[in-house]
Amino acid sequence: MGFKAGEYDVIVIGAGHAGCEAALAAARMGCNTLLVTMSLDMVAFMPCNPSIGGPAKGHVVREIDALGGEMGRNIDKTYIQMRMLNTGKGPAVQALRAQLDKFLYQHTMKETLEKQENLTLRQAMVEELIVENGVCRGVVTKTGAEYYAKTTVLTTGTFLRGRVIIGECSYESGPNNQQPSVRLSECLSELGFKLVRFKTGTPPRIHKDSIDFSKTEIQPGDENPKFFSYETESPPPGEQLPCWLTYTSPETHEIIQKNLHRAPMYSGAIEGIGTRYCPSIEDKIVRFSDKPKHQIFLEPEGRYTSEYYVQGLSTSMPEEIQLQMLRSVPGLENAKMMRTGYAIEYDVIVPSQLWPTLETKLVENLFTAGQVNGTSGYEEAAAQGIMAGINAARKVQGKEPVIIQRSQGYIGVLIDDLVTKGTNEPYRLLTSRAEYRLLLRHDNADMRLTPLGYEIGLISEERYQKFLRKKRNIETEINRLKTTKVKPDEAAPILEEVESSPLQNSTSLDNLLRRPEIKYEHIERLSPAPEPLTEEEKEQVEIQIKYAGYIEKQMQHVERMRQMEKKKIPADIDYNDVKGLSVIAQQKLSEIRPLSIGQASRIAGVSPADISILLVYLESYNKVTAARNS
Amino acid sequence: MISDTIAAISTPLGEGGIAVIRVSGKEAIQLVEPLVRTKQKLSEVPSHTVHYGFVVDPANGEKVDEVLVTVMRAPKTFTREDVVEISCHGGILPVKKVLDLLLKHGIRLAEPGEFTKRAFLNGRIDLSQAEAVMDLIRSKSDRAYAQALKQVDGQLSRKVRELRQLLVELMAHIEVNIDYPEHDVEEVTNRTIREHCERALVQIDELLKTAERGKILREGVVTAIIGRPNAGKSSLLNLLARENRAIVTDIPGTTRDVIEEYVNVAGIPLKLLDTAGLRETDDVVEQIGVERSLQALSQADLILLVLNYNERLNEEERRIIEQVRTRQSLAIINKKDLPRQLEMEEVYAAFPPERVVEMSVLHEDGVERLEKAIADMFFSGSIQGQDLSYVSNARHIAELEQAKACLKEALAAAEQLVPIDMIQIDVRRAWEHLGEIIGENVSESLIDQIFSQFCLGK
Repeated sequence: MGFKAGEYDVIVIGAGHAGCEAALAAARMGCNTLLVTMSLDMVAFMPCNPSIGGPAKGHVVREIDALGGEMGRNIDKTYIQMRMLNTGKGPAVQALRAQLDKFLYQHTMKETLEKQENLTLRQAMVEELIVENGVCRGVVTKTGAEYYAKTTVLTTGTFLRGRVIIGECSYESGPNNQQPSVRLSECLSELGFKLVRFKTGTPPRIHKDSIDFSKTEIQPGDENPKFFSYETESPPPGEQLPCWLTYTSPETHEIIQKNLHRAPMYSGAIEGIGTRYCPSIEDKIVRFSDKPKHQIFLEPEGRYTSEYYVQGLSTSMPEEIQLQMLRSVPGLENAKMMRTGYAIEYDVIVPSQLWPTLETKLVENLFTAGQVNGTSGYEEAAAQGIMAGINAARKVQGKEPVIIQRSQGYIGVLIDDLVTKGTNEPYRLLTSRAEYRLLLRHDNADMRLTPLGYEIGLISEERYQKFLRKKRNIETEINRLKTTKVKPDEAAPILEEVESSPLQNSTSLDNLLRRPEIKYEHIERLSPAPEPLTEEEKEQVEIQIKYAGYIEKQMQHVERMRQMEKKKIPADIDYNDVKGLSVIAQQKLSEIRPLSIGQASRIAGVSPADISILLVYLESYNKVTAARNS
Repeated sequence: MISDTIAAISTPLGEGGIAVIRVSGKEAIQLVEPLVRTKQKLSEVPSHTVHYGFVVDPANGEKVDEVLVTVMRAPKTFTREDVVEISCHGGILPVKKVLDLLLKHGIRLAEPGEFTKRAFLNGRIDLSQAEAVMDLIRSKSDRAYAQALKQVDGQLSRKVRELRQLLVELMAHIEVNIDYPEHDVEEVTNRTIREHCERALVQIDELLKTAERGKILREGVVTAIIGRPNAGKSSLLNLLARENRAIVTDIPGTTRDVIEEYVNVAGIPLKLLDTAGLRETDDVVEQIGVERSLQALSQADLILLVLNYNERLNEEERRIIEQVRTRQSLAIINKKDLPRQLEMEEVYAAFPPERVVEMSVLHEDGVERLEKAIADMFFSGSIQGQDLSYVSNARHIAELEQAKACLKEALAAAEQLVPIDMIQIDVRRAWEHLGEIIGENVSESLIDQIFSQFCLGK
């Protein structure tokens, strides 16, 4: 028999990367929040590799931080290695990537949750959603506790009807031998949600002392590490730990080829759709059979553990084959396996069933975020988590939802892709998914999103004032460089030094900075700013001037797109009434129910002619509605 | 999207003495201004006034056509936006040149029904007309789509696909370098980018040359009129030339000098082979000999074989019938008013009925049937009114030109050692423009390419 256990503003189910951000955002926005998780020992757990960031993903972490989320700060407190990637490329694609102390990361996040005002952390298994007349009212746990809330955020990761597969062996399980969530998945089906089955996997872990590091290449961290959070000022204690690079051998490939019939991917034991973004080693060897070797990165799982993550060897081969495979890799001849690699299948909510706010279309006041929406990756999960948390809280408070545009951040790209295009495999962010890559830089995430974070209430007054100062300093300096002229003889020594052609006439400093060989430091030597700038400010000045031409071009596109995003589509529109739409457009529009013309134009199957027709229809619809109301 | 400047031909193409190209949008006046030479600058003339002048290509200062330019400022215009109307000489060539020039200079070809759509959205058309406007957009789009499919011939689309493949492989490589920087995939060098861009540019130039030679639309349908002496070949030519205004004008320097070569039939320019000969004498076959006549036949896109209704077939005619029956050809049975001698059953055995036109050139009877037969043969009857085939051709050229411009920018950037992800912006735009030609533009296909070309993932 059930009993009433409590009443909250917001309930978050699951305390993975999505759940933590959702719960923290809601609580910090002043909502009385309950975070329920199956196991308190699994808070912010990383079931796959102990690293966060990289291109697109690192961008997202910065964006989460700019909005006032926790992931960036938590990384900065617990990393054991930090690297800036793509330093040889343009500013838009440079990104931080951290190796984490997996255990410290969890503990630190758990501590943050525990100390958070308005937040209750509770271990329990949610089995059912309480839904009345299409509105979610709360949840029921396995022990019969009924928790009520105005809004609920579901972030159950890969737990829904989870099934682990290792060779011929398979059993119902969540990741890392956790209990799967079977009843909740059934409940979602009963509510009418369309679910699909996805698959992902993880490699074995091995003991450090069984690795011969002399046969591998060292991969150290950056000497002067940067941080994910704009708030962080100093690195965590302790030396950075390196990763190690080795390769598969011809023997590895032979072992896999010989045992392919036992690989679940090929024997038919796996029905879920895997992602191209994290293929298993057997998949790589079959699909790219001409590639003689594949990289294997050995990554420490933490500072106080001997477990090493074997990146590149994700597999669901039988355990004894896994061991053979490991031992065929140079440096791992005597590898001792501590955890077996496995594939996991799980239920996913087809994400086109969500509004861009991450609220479900089917059940009001129910939001979903993270891997359960068909994504892969900690960063993608956290990004959805913070947005679902924000919108769940705003709904409680009767405020307008927040939707990040594609031109504002990768978070916008991610969510818009999910809800507008759907996905037929675990979705991973890539920088190429962003049409405005140059605007969505890692370095300017604060410029893009901090004002929004402040408006939402997740950025403190102090941090906001600091941000405004930074912004002002950058603008002042750019103006100064535009209006300050330099004479040919003044510039000569520096131009000579960097082998740049001499000036013919006086020119402005910003013009000079546009030369590929010239950096801000040269300008600074030529004509120092009255108030010296911080490194971050200098970086912004340099990027904004150097790439002004490209930035301007993308801004024009954004402006054009903004016109389309501004044209809202009323929620009650019946596409069957819109004469002239193609049949496919009618179906797709009815299914997705886009909020704006911009979103509608991105739906596959909706042609420019359909958009024109829709515009004409809306015009008359709006006028007729306005006339009726007046 | 609503505010950019669009252009389209707003008169039936090739059928009138004057053709009007309408330009509408916020920047209509300022975009057209540098392309015309008028007494007063367009930006300074009063609204709703007409100005005499020339359309001039700013690239080389050449006069393209002699025109009248009408300037109408918002809101009292059809679209309630600024509108410029350029009245140029009718016929396909001047119109095409003027439109191509506009499309090269920041003006977009209007979508089907777009002027009407704008008029509606800007409140110019009554709300009650909404449904009619929607119908119009649908039907025009469907027609344009069907026509576009027909017009993207196999060769063009194959070449565009090859080009896009070349670019997408480069793009995938760049993307992998960006998104998987630690992967053991070779770094794309500026040199690789330059080589790819240069290769693509050469191919685009080739495509532009063929496209601009304009196939049917620029060169005309190469047409041979053949038949025995006295069959009425020159009378037929004169009739066609009189009935259908010559499609080029004789303004020096604006179009070609020899106007006699071209006649315009139902909007299709016919380029007549050996016209001069036809004009001077009716004895062409005799004069140039059967050999040359057959040689002319081999170059022709369209063969008009004129037979006399009142004479029996001779051996030579039978030979020619055998030669031309499998080609794009029409059998014209002339002198239908005279008593029959011709073996009609033989003619109908060689040609299907829609390719046999019975007429009397002398009495100008049956001209319409002839025109229709020609139009049917080349455009499946859909030529009249708006020549969509031409429009889609202009669109292809505009897209190719834009792709070319993007690649040139990419090339320049690669030479200045701009980072690869910046260069990628221009390569990608080029790829997208090419995609517009064949109606393929899904960014997912780039991601597909990345993961089929490279082995990635942890």
